[in-house]
Amino acid sequence: MASFVSLQQGIEEVLRDGDSVAMEGFTHLIPHAAGHEAIRQGRRRLTLIRMTPDIVYDQMIGMGCAQKLVFSWGGNPGVGSLHRLRDAVENGWPHRLELEEHSHAAMANAYEAGAANLPFAVFRGYKGVDLPKVNPVIRSVTCPYTGEVLATVPALRPDAAVIHALKADREGNVLIEGIVGVQKEAVLAAKRSLVTVEEIVEDFGPRSANAVILPSWTVTAIAHVPGGAYPSYAHGYYKRANEFYIAWDKIARDRDSFLSWIKANVFGQGPDAFARHVRPQARAAE
Amino acid sequence: MSHTPSEMMTIAAARLLSNDDVCFVGIGAPSAACNLARLTHAPKITLIYESGTLSTRPAVLPLSIGDGELCDTALTTVSVPEMFRYWLQGGRITIGFLGGAQIDRYANLNTTVVGPYDAPKVRLPGGGGAPEIASSCGEIFITMAMGTRAFVDRLPFVTSFGHGSGKGDREKLGLATRGPTRVITDLCVMEPDPETAELTVVSLHPGVTRAQVEAACGWPLRFAAAPADTPAPTAEELAILRDLHARTRKAHGVAA
Repeated sequence: MASFVSLQQGIEEVLRDGDSVAMEGFTHLIPHAAGHEAIRQGRRRLTLIRMTPDIVYDQMIGMGCAQKLVFSWGGNPGVGSLHRLRDAVENGWPHRLELEEHSHAAMANAYEAGAANLPFAVFRGYKGVDLPKVNPVIRSVTCPYTGEVLATVPALRPDAAVIHALKADREGNVLIEGIVGVQKEAVLAAKRSLVTVEEIVEDFGPRSANAVILPSWTVTAIAHVPGGAYPSYAHGYYKRANEFYIAWDKIARDRDSFLSWIKANVFGQGPDAFARHVRPQARAAE
Repeated sequence: MSHTPSEMMTIAAARLLSNDDVCFVGIGAPSAACNLARLTHAPKITLIYESGTLSTRPAVLPLSIGDGELCDTALTTVSVPEMFRYWLQGGRITIGFLGGAQIDRYANLNTTVVGPYDAPKVRLPGGGGAPEIASSCGEIFITMAMGTRAFVDRLPFVTSFGHGSGKGDREKLGLATRGPTRVITDLCVMEPDPETAELTVVSLHPGVTRAQVEAACGWPLRFAAAPADTPAPTAEELAILRDLHARTRKAHGVAA
């Protein structure tokens, strides 16, 4: 059964130096507060796994938490580059970063294979492209029934999954609605998991048709962190702060302005600071 | 009404879409074109974003592929693994709409690196969904602004496969889909030559000269015997596109 913890306890318990960790979220429900806590606790030598690494991984890479990134699209969507990621890859700052690069289809399949306790994922992909030349784990298998050659990648089995969800109930079951991404697969594929949530409720009440439920016994720890996805969003709670994603481009472009932003907003603040971002939808939509 | 080259590009791309299309939409210019089509001549077009939203009808353009607006206005939202397995790999998408940082004469795309992979001069975001969009959709439309840094003689890295090194290369790889059939730029529209699959200019946008297009391309570009004139944007097309962009800027908190 999941235990209820503070965010600080949760990161201490679930995420260790040298771990591979999937902090997933597909635009929606990205676990920013948990990423900040990992930076505050000075996690090192992490293998960061995510289909779409964005600002929170840019911050963790810039602060030297990562030795490797497993990913399929590393940018600031609709804005441009992740400058801390680029600085690490192009200039080795703050240190060299190893890359294991895939396509989205490959990673989505690899998470699913991990959740299904299979050793690898099989799919129709990587035809005619250069990624298999630079990523030796991309291989192929011949279908025993049709003879078709299909792409394979190893299953993802992270040491830890860290996600943000909408609600937990008192028993520690977790609810995700809206764009559900690949978080269910990431949690089920991982050895340990931490879920930060907007709200802890007695009962989930009526749910939307595509609601994803993670039963309490599939989750290691839950921390109540309202606003914990900001500047990403939590469906029904607050909208994506697109203006912050646009502003991040300037902050992260320069090493000094990045470090001073981290000092003020990560080391100078705790998880409670995220609560101020929970604001009525109507106001955000103005 | 006068228009910008970027508006012409979006409008020319939108005109190629129809009510019967099921379209896998990339962020940026493709998203603007697909939604312009939906708001003008193709109200029943099915738009799918890789975040899992099926048949979405956003009132403003998303900044990212998974903005809440896409989910709020979708018929339904599926998980990301389901999107790539059942919907894309399942062969249910008629048109994949891609952009890219670089393209070559056979419409192969690079969005990965400039320079050597292990020591890149510029590290680009990577392929994301594009490698499998390029192979699994019925056909591919590409929309990109022209320039010699984007339209290059030789790609440093092939992120998504177009026509390889010419006609027949897709078939050799066992690909049954058509691959890139149109490249819509800010200056012209190109199509692969039926015999060689090399990109050929089939229509020039209003006021654009052949010399201008040649100067913006990194290889000696081929032209159809008599390139057509792209019809200028109508007042209605421009008004709807500008209104969409204005709503989007306001929603994203960017000063117009």
